[in-house]
Amino acid sequence: MTVALDQPAATTVAKPARRRRFSFGAVAPYLQSAPLALILGAFLLLPIVMIVVVSFWDYDFAAMYPDFLTTNYSDVLGSWVTWKTYLNTIKFAVMVWALTLFIGFWVAYFLAFHIRTTAMQMVLFLVCTVPFLTSNIIRMISWIPVLGRNGLINSTLVHMGLVPKPIEWLLYSEFAVVLAMVHLYTLFMVTPIFNTLMRIDRSLFEAARDAGASGWQVLWNVVIPLAKPGMAIGTIFVVTLVMADFSTVQVMSGGQSASVALMMKNQMSLLQYPAAAANAVVLLVLVLLMVAGILRIVDIRKEL
Amino acid sequence: MNHEKRTLEFHVLAVFFALFVLFLYGPLSAILILSFQGENGGLTFPLNGVSLHWFANLFERQAVGDFGGSFKRSLVLGVMVMVVTVVVSLLAGLAFRRKFRGATALFYLAVASLVVPSIIISLGIGVVFQQIGFRPAWYTSAFGAHLTWTLPFGVLIMFAVFNRFSPAYEEAARDLGASSWQTFAHVVLPMIAPSLIGVGLFGFTLSYDEFARTLMTSGTFNTLPLEIYGMTTNVTTPVLYALGTVTTVFSFLVILLTLGAILYVGRRRARV
Repeated sequence: MTVALDQPAATTVAKPARRRRFSFGAVAPYLQSAPLALILGAFLLLPIVMIVVVSFWDYDFAAMYPDFLTTNYSDVLGSWVTWKTYLNTIKFAVMVWALTLFIGFWVAYFLAFHIRTTAMQMVLFLVCTVPFLTSNIIRMISWIPVLGRNGLINSTLVHMGLVPKPIEWLLYSEFAVVLAMVHLYTLFMVTPIFNTLMRIDRSLFEAARDAGASGWQVLWNVVIPLAKPGMAIGTIFVVTLVMADFSTVQVMSGGQSASVALMMKNQMSLLQYPAAAANAVVLLVLVLLMVAGILRIVDIRKEL
Repeated sequence: MNHEKRTLEFHVLAVFFALFVLFLYGPLSAILILSFQGENGGLTFPLNGVSLHWFANLFERQAVGDFGGSFKRSLVLGVMVMVVTVVVSLLAGLAFRRKFRGATALFYLAVASLVVPSIIISLGIGVVFQQIGFRPAWYTSAFGAHLTWTLPFGVLIMFAVFNRFSPAYEEAARDLGASSWQTFAHVVLPMIAPSLIGVGLFGFTLSYDEFARTLMTSGTFNTLPLEIYGMTTNVTTPVLYALGTVTTVFSFLVILLTLGAILYVGRRRARV
C-alpha cells in the first residue's frame, strides 16, 4: 500500500532538486547516511571481522598470538559439551518462540479487534509496553519472591494444603528460565503482530462471512495468513534474543543450565578470547541462517 | 467476529489479556512491596515490619558497590546515546527517502545490527580496542556498543515514519517559496517531532538498561545494570529490591515525561 504511493512521489521529489542544484541533491543522501554507516562500520562490521580473524589465533593463559590455526574450531565443533549446549539453547528458543507466539498473537488480536476506540487501544498497548522499557535484570530478579522456596506461589500452595512441601523446580530450573524469557520477550511478538493486524481491511471479514465462513474459518483463512509477516518479524526478534541470552539462563537456572552465550561468557572471563571467538562465529552463522530463512517469508521493508 | 459469538470470544480474550497484564506487573509489584521490608526481613514474603532501611542502605558504599557513581554513568551514557540516536536516525531516515547507491546494503546492515547476538558485539569491540591499544571505557567502547542496539530501532522507526509521510506538504511549502531548509525546519520537523521523541525514549531506555553489550566494553567503571548484575550473585538482602524499585521508578518517570512531551507537542501542533 505505502510502497505504491511512495515510489512515484520519491521520484518527483528527487527530480527538481537534481535540476536546480545538481551536485548537492545527488550528494545529500550519502552525507545523510554517512554517520550511520560510519558508526555501524566501526562498532559492528569491524568487531565482527576482528572476531573472525581472532578465531584463528593461538592463545595461552596470558595473551593471544596471531596465527592461522583451525584448532579453535575443531575444539568447538569436536566437543560433546558444545553440541549439548547448542541443543539446549535451541530447545529454549523453540519453547520460548512457541509460547510468545501464542500469547503475543492473542494479545495483539484482542487489542486490534476487540477494543473499539483508538484511545483505549493505545492505553492498553502502552500498559503492555511500559515493563519492557525497564531493566531486564530487575524483571528477572522480581521472580525470586514469587517462585522461590518460600515464595508467594509455594507458600500459597502449602497453605492451601495442595502440596506437602514447597515445589523445588519453580525457581533455579529450566522452567524458571523459559518463564522469565517469555516474561522478558513477549512484547517483541505483540508489537509487530499488532501492527499487521491493524492494517487488515475489516471489510475482508464481512466478505468472508457473507461467503459463509465460520468464525474459525475467518481466523484460519483470513486473519492468520495476513498476520504472517508480523509473526515472522516477531519470530526474528524472539529467536535472536533467546539465542544470544546468557543472563537469564545464568540467573534463573542458578547456574544449572547452559546456553551458547553463557559458554562464551565463561571463556571470555578466562581470557580465552580465540575460543570464544570461534564460538561466536559458529553462533553468528547459525543465527544469520535462521534469520535469512525467516526473511524469505517476509520483506521487512514492506512491513514498516 | 461473528456477532453472537463475539461476546464469548471477547470475554475469554479479556480474561486472557488481564492475566497477561498480571503476569507482566505481578512480580514487579512484589519487588516494590518487598523493598519496604523491615530491618530483619528477608527476600520473601511475609513483610517483617515496614521500613525505609534498605533504601538508606542503598546509599552506603559498602552495601552496594558504587550505586551513585554507576547511576550517574548510566544516566550520562543514556543521554549521549539518546542524542546520537535521534540525530543519526533522522539523517538516515531522510537519506532513505531517495535512492542512493548502497541503500539496500546499509538497510540490511542496520537489520544485522539488531540480530547479531549482543555478546558477540561486546566481545568484538573488546578485542578491537585491545588490539588497537585503546582502553575500553563506558564513554567510548560501551557508547559505540550501545549505539549498535539503539540505532537500528531508530532507523526502522524513521523508515516507517517516512513511509507514511506524504510529500504533498513539502511540495506545498516549496510552491509557496520556502527554501529546502525552511521546508525541513518548519514543515517536516514539526510533523515528525512526536516520532523523534519516541526514538529518543527508545535510545535512552535501551541504553540505560543494557548490559550484555556493556559487559566487555565498560572498562574500569561499571554502569548501573552491570552493578545490579554483579549484585544478583552476592547480595542476599532486600537492598537488591530497593535498588530495583529505585531504577524502575526512575524508568517510569522517564516514560511518563516522554509521553507528556509527545502529548504536549501534538496538542501544540493541533492548536496552530
